[in-house]
Amino acid sequence: MSNDINVNPGLRESATFDRTTMAEIRRAADSGIYDIRGFGAKRKLPHFDDLLFLGASMSRYPLEGYREKCNTQVTLGTRFAKKPIVIETPVTIAGMSFGALSANAKEALGRGASMVGTTTTTGDGGMTPEERGQSSKLVYQYLPSRYGMNPDDLRKADAIEVVLGQGAKPGGGGMLLGQKITDRVAQMRTLPKGIDQRSACRHPDWTGPDDLAIKIQELREITDWQVPIYIKVGATRTYYDVKLAVKAGADVIVVDGMQGGTAATQDVFIEHVGIPTLAAIPQAVQALQEMGMHRKVQLIVSGGIRNGADVAKCMALGADAVAIGTAALVALGCNDPKYSEDYEKIGSAAGFYDDYQEGKDPAGISTQDPELAKRLDPEDGGRRLANYLRVLTLEAQTLARACGKNDLRNLEPEDLVALTVESAAMARVPLAGTTWVPGQSF
Amino acid sequence: MKTIDLAESSIRELNQALHDQATECTEREWEVLNPKGQHNIACGLDQNLAVDIQGHAGYFCAGMNKKAHVVVHGNVGQGVAENMMSGTVRVKGDASQAAGATAHGGLLVIEGNAGARCGISMKGVDIVVKGSIGHMSCFMGQSGSLVVCGDAGEALGDSMYEVHIYVKGEVKSLGADCIEKEMRAEHIEELTDLLNRAGVDEDPASFKRYGSARQLYNFKVDNASAY
Repeated sequence: MSNDINVNPGLRESATFDRTTMAEIRRAADSGIYDIRGFGAKRKLPHFDDLLFLGASMSRYPLEGYREKCNTQVTLGTRFAKKPIVIETPVTIAGMSFGALSANAKEALGRGASMVGTTTTTGDGGMTPEERGQSSKLVYQYLPSRYGMNPDDLRKADAIEVVLGQGAKPGGGGMLLGQKITDRVAQMRTLPKGIDQRSACRHPDWTGPDDLAIKIQELREITDWQVPIYIKVGATRTYYDVKLAVKAGADVIVVDGMQGGTAATQDVFIEHVGIPTLAAIPQAVQALQEMGMHRKVQLIVSGGIRNGADVAKCMALGADAVAIGTAALVALGCNDPKYSEDYEKIGSAAGFYDDYQEGKDPAGISTQDPELAKRLDPEDGGRRLANYLRVLTLEAQTLARACGKNDLRNLEPEDLVALTVESAAMARVPLAGTTWVPGQSF
Repeated sequence: MKTIDLAESSIRELNQALHDQATECTEREWEVLNPKGQHNIACGLDQNLAVDIQGHAGYFCAGMNKKAHVVVHGNVGQGVAENMMSGTVRVKGDASQAAGATAHGGLLVIEGNAGARCGISMKGVDIVVKGSIGHMSCFMGQSGSLVVCGDAGEALGDSMYEVHIYVKGEVKSLGADCIEKEMRAEHIEELTDLLNRAGVDEDPASFKRYGSARQLYNFKVDNASAY
């Protein structure tokens, strides 16, 4: 198959051995090591674009845009924490590390999130003063590596997220290659400068859900039961993982689908492990409902969320909030065509750049190079992110009102239909124009 | 001395009372009775307190300790002094898995034996074990010192970074990238100090030193089998 104008139409490209596949074979043969890259899954997957809303007409009636309110405020951590978190929009910023991202990028994320009253999240590298200072609501990740983990920062956090995995690499640990291990990153992580850092994939001091329950109790004791404790899992056996997370004592569960991004992981991991976000949500919601914990233990969904429609669809399927990572970086300037020449110089192109691990990001986001990092002004980045978050919120409200809902969380699966058999089966909503939910009816 | 009896008070009440000392220290000496293997005893302390736990403790005893000096007059469960920042934790008996895991500072002394993964991902703590330690100890250890007066189990120091490991007895096997290293004068000096601080009477010259060969610090095709 060849759609290129300059290629002889008589030539036929193999669907199995396409040019990308052959390029990877050549790269592997040259280097002898697997491909490491950032970003999330790039393969085409059943996704939220395969769902449509059934707007109100005769049988439902809509709410008036701009006049009738549609609530977007959500409270997270109502189960055990003395101080649950109230967010003004259900769109939160996912965990991304200082190290993977520049200090300016982390500050911009904090600024943007704070402007719209939502949370941002640390990552595998500890909490920076810039990030804490600019984030009105900050979630502190508790990861297997425990890089930079200390009780002072733990007590400064507004919530703690125990990370068991992420959608880009469920079952895998993190990576940060030597070119990004600067003096400051090395000092924060207690590592030698310039090494290719590999994070553990399992927590060092507990194994399994029974141990996790004790670990969560320890974190609550250290923080005097003040703040919510989240559990984040990469989407795989989501139904069982969510049940075990509830049993272990989570206040909030974060489910990250395979479209979720990473700063550096093996390509084979990103593209071949995990399940699509669309398939994970109904499993998580079913688990919570069966335990009588839906809405009592809040569900945050992430992985490939790009616009207000995606937000609304997640919430219609039963999520309480969503988290964005890749989209937030794009809002800051990641892959912006204004840096086209610079992308070409490093063998990439605007819109395709995913070598976050190399630290040469022309947009100054996924880098520790001080000159590149200067390209991102944290105040401007924060404003851009806030604008984007407002658009996501407005779009989601627009769709909710069209379905007659005065709260985003009143959206429900009944408001949705699917365009494909696959998405209907995964989302557990009927194929458009039918009553057929594959796997549940015939 | 203030005494809290866990037969009458909860772990929450104990820890809150100890945490309250961080803002205003009204009592430096504390005694905990009837711990009976309960989890999360005396975790998150942030004051120069002396805490004596009279019996066995469960998981994560003295977790994330700062400044305090905790003595357990018994055995401890998993993750004693995990992520400790400073102060001392002394276990009179044996310790289960992951003793001193990820700890950044302070001194952990185990007068008995320690189980598997002792000092896993340690980040600056000093650990002295009078007995033996289990397999995979000091896995991915980053910084600090691990002293073992008895034997070490399989795969000691696997994928470790810059921890100084001293073992007097036998090492069943070394993990990936962990090698025996020369014991120079500065290491004898360091070990002497560690043994003195731990109150352990051993001859530093009878120990061997182990550390990282630093061959896995950067990805190399030749090391593919070790990844």
